[in-house]
Amino acid sequence: MSGATRGAKSGPALSLHDLTVAYDRHPAVHHLSGTLAAGSLTAIAGPNGAGKSTLLKAIVGELRPAEGRIEHAFSPREIGYLPQAAEINRRFPINVLDTVLLGDWHQSGAFGRMSAAARTQAREALLAVGLEGFEKRPIGSLSAGQFQRVLFARLLLQNARLILLDEPFTAIDARTTHDLLEIVARWHGEGRTVVAVLHDFDQVRTHFPQTLLIARELIGWGPTEEVMAPANLLKARAMAERWDDTAGICETAA
Amino acid sequence: MTLYDLFLAPLADYGFMRRALVACLCLSLGCGPIGVFLMMRRMSLMGDALSHAVLPGAAIGYLVAGSLSLTAMGIGGLIAGLSVALLAGAVSRATSLAEDASFASFYLTSLALGVLIVSLRGSNVDLLHVLFGTILAIDSEALTQIGVITSVTLVALSIIYRPLVAECFDPGFLRAVGGRGPLYHIAFLVLVVLNLVASFQALGTLMAVGLMMLPAAIAQLWSRNLPTMLVIASGTALVSGYLGLIASYHLELASGPTIIVTAALFYGLSIFFAPSGLARRYFPRPHLTG
Repeated sequence: MSGATRGAKSGPALSLHDLTVAYDRHPAVHHLSGTLAAGSLTAIAGPNGAGKSTLLKAIVGELRPAEGRIEHAFSPREIGYLPQAAEINRRFPINVLDTVLLGDWHQSGAFGRMSAAARTQAREALLAVGLEGFEKRPIGSLSAGQFQRVLFARLLLQNARLILLDEPFTAIDARTTHDLLEIVARWHGEGRTVVAVLHDFDQVRTHFPQTLLIARELIGWGPTEEVMAPANLLKARAMAERWDDTAGICETAA
Repeated sequence: MTLYDLFLAPLADYGFMRRALVACLCLSLGCGPIGVFLMMRRMSLMGDALSHAVLPGAAIGYLVAGSLSLTAMGIGGLIAGLSVALLAGAVSRATSLAEDASFASFYLTSLALGVLIVSLRGSNVDLLHVLFGTILAIDSEALTQIGVITSVTLVALSIIYRPLVAECFDPGFLRAVGGRGPLYHIAFLVLVVLNLVASFQALGTLMAVGLMMLPAAIAQLWSRNLPTMLVIASGTALVSGYLGLIASYHLELASGPTIIVTAALFYGLSIFFAPSGLARRYFPRPHLTG
């Protein structure tokens, strides 16, 4: 299946079928269905606690669906995932170049030799994100913005068909965000499927043609200008974070 | 007293000192890097917990063999340590209990069982040997065992180095690329237990982690580059082992604790004089222009 859709601009990259992902039986994503077109550039928007990051984690297989299923057109090898920076041990004694080289995992594997080509690619990726000359710097000495550039360089090396970004521009200054958004646009231009969890609605409107708006349940999924209509945003805001200890069993799950 | 008398004569004169030194060399090469990875994984205290977990197996080995047979105790310790490591890991993955909490529960149970078993038949002298080790009593058989463990550790570490680094640094990334993180975690735990069993024979259950964690802490104070840290850790463990042995010989002190205290002295010096140490704070160098 992955072969048929590789590089294609149409057809689904991903289909969600009645997907529910729960923490301790409380749903964070509730009965979500829809398809993500291959080659699309989609923002996932919604209030805090809406299940945006949870959805990405379910897509990469980090969380198991409580109900429903996810159909992938791409194999796990073709998926690049940028988790929230908080999940990374920034104090680890590793330098910038070695961090980027981890992106070559699918070629070099866990035990294989790191090729000269991979090293060249890693240097090119660092150049592309504006970090030329940073190769030997320990990652602990980088600013938040510089570190995010490193992670983008690693994604460049991964050469993924489906790229999932979890809040990639949180705590990042305007210039870095601008540079990284250019890379996102470049990926889109190359026919890759890109999904980004975002908080900044202006960013969503300006740079992302497609939007998935969730507040635990699906509010809207489609062209950004339609999905980000005031009525939908109001609806999303109204579905505030909730964790109901007295909640009954969901009817469709019973 | 000449320099020869001070530093070489004890080794030239006594076979047990030479065997102890070779044991220290092996332990340094294996435990140093393992300690650095333990520290990088924020598992410094878990190594300590695991070293206690080795005890009941070693005690059963001792009861079965009927004497302080290092092989029997080593095999028993290996089984007990691995069981606790794997069970604690499995419990924390299957329940909401954090890994440190499940480790604490298992190692305390294990330690209590160990002391109970030793006290069933052993004398206080045996208990002391189990707790503090007998580095000067290491025979060729035990030395071979330690050597094999060190070789296995170095080969295994060099094979799983990259996934282990990825697992420590960015476990989410490793999961996302399908890198089987838990497998390397378990492989690493096996190496930890193997090295604990090796140093258990020399330093006892109470100080087995000494040659792991102190050199690792020293390495972290001196370097921010992982390969360099691994070399520093092994190097300081080796120097501490040698100087500790020599000091214990001349001052007629217990060898195991002297080795650890020597490592602790290096640690103390490092706290002051390492690049990220206290001396820098009180005597700062002028800042650069960019």
